[in-house]
Amino acid sequence: MSRPVQYNTKVKLVEAPEGYSGEGFYSTSFDKVVGMARANSLWPLPFATSCCGIEFMATMGSNYDLGRFGAERMGFTPRQCDMLLVAGTISKKMGPVLRQVYLQMAEPRWVIAIGACASSGGIFDSYSVLQGIDQVIPVDVYVPGCPPRPEGIIDGILKLQDLVKGESLRRRQSDQYKGLMESYGID
Amino acid sequence: MALTNETIQEKLTEKFGEQLTEWEVPYGMLTFRAPAEMNLKVLQHLYDAMGFQFMTDLTGVHFPDRKGEELSVVYHLHNLVDNIRLRMKIYVPVEKPDVYTATKLFSTANWMERETYDFFGFNFVGHPNLIRILNVDEMDYFPMRKEYQMEDPTRVDKDDEMFGR
Ligand code: SF4
Repeated sequence: MSRPVQYNTKVKLVEAPEGYSGEGFYSTSFDKVVGMARANSLWPLPFATSCCGIEFMATMGSNYDLGRFGAERMGFTPRQCDMLLVAGTISKKMGPVLRQVYLQMAEPRWVIAIGACASSGGIFDSYSVLQGIDQVIPVDVYVPGCPPRPEGIIDGILKLQDLVKGESLRRRQSDQYKGLMESYGID
Repeated sequence: MALTNETIQEKLTEKFGEQLTEWEVPYGMLTFRAPAEMNLKVLQHLYDAMGFQFMTDLTGVHFPDRKGEELSVVYHLHNLVDNIRLRMKIYVPVEKPDVYTATKLFSTANWMERETYDFFGFNFVGHPNLIRILNVDEMDYFPMRKEYQMEDPTRVDKDDEMFGR
């Protein structure tokens, strides 16, 4: 008779980073371990304003299930999150709000612009719409499409995971990074 | 007796005579034009004597070709008792778009007049708080006026490189 509780035996583990191992020890660089941990437990902060937001909801739902990539825990406070997902049209009036949300996130923080609107203003070539969120905050990954399918959004998040894995621990202290922040007037 | 388009027109003509013009009934909704400086008098009369106590909409239109009366304010009023609606239009020149505010009569006109100011630049005389409502505060033009090119060559916020222009 089978047991009443079935255990999921298909749990997939992340591969260990490159390193040296011998009997009873394993050594690798700190960067890689931290990068791996960060990449596989991103906390998404959805900033969904319009149609692209609906696709994002589908991405979070059980069919596409972003939880498979370690990012199922959405936080609706910027202070707990490290991945800002901007999905939808951002009007100029909302620009300062978005910037404020970004400022409230703690380092390290990453931003994905989902869809044509967030990336470039999209079809709204008009007086009221921000022509791409990279005018107010720095963006790490752009996902094209109007709207992108959930597969596209997942692809964008996987691309971001690659970035996060490869990010040096000192990047946020570098002059280049500080220069980037300064160019946005953030210090 | 319930009001109809005909009886409304009769009653208004009785009261205001020839000052109300351009009577029309597009799609069954009575529409007329009033002199700009009389807008409050007509609204007050409609409110007090004829039961039009609900302002459903207040908006603006820009007619660049009508010299001397380029800007128009359109009031939509609803009589809830007789369930009948009407539309009143006034015209002002674009150089001096002064319109008396309807906020004393209809509180709902407050935000709607702000919106109309925001997009068309009407100066609602007597409005308690005439500032932009939907657009960014820094904006220094009135975007819904028909006086701008389709593609603004001076725009800097669009990255042409990405759009193959
Ligand atoms: S990119 Fe398209 S689908 Fe996405 S918010 Fe803009 S208009 Fe909507």
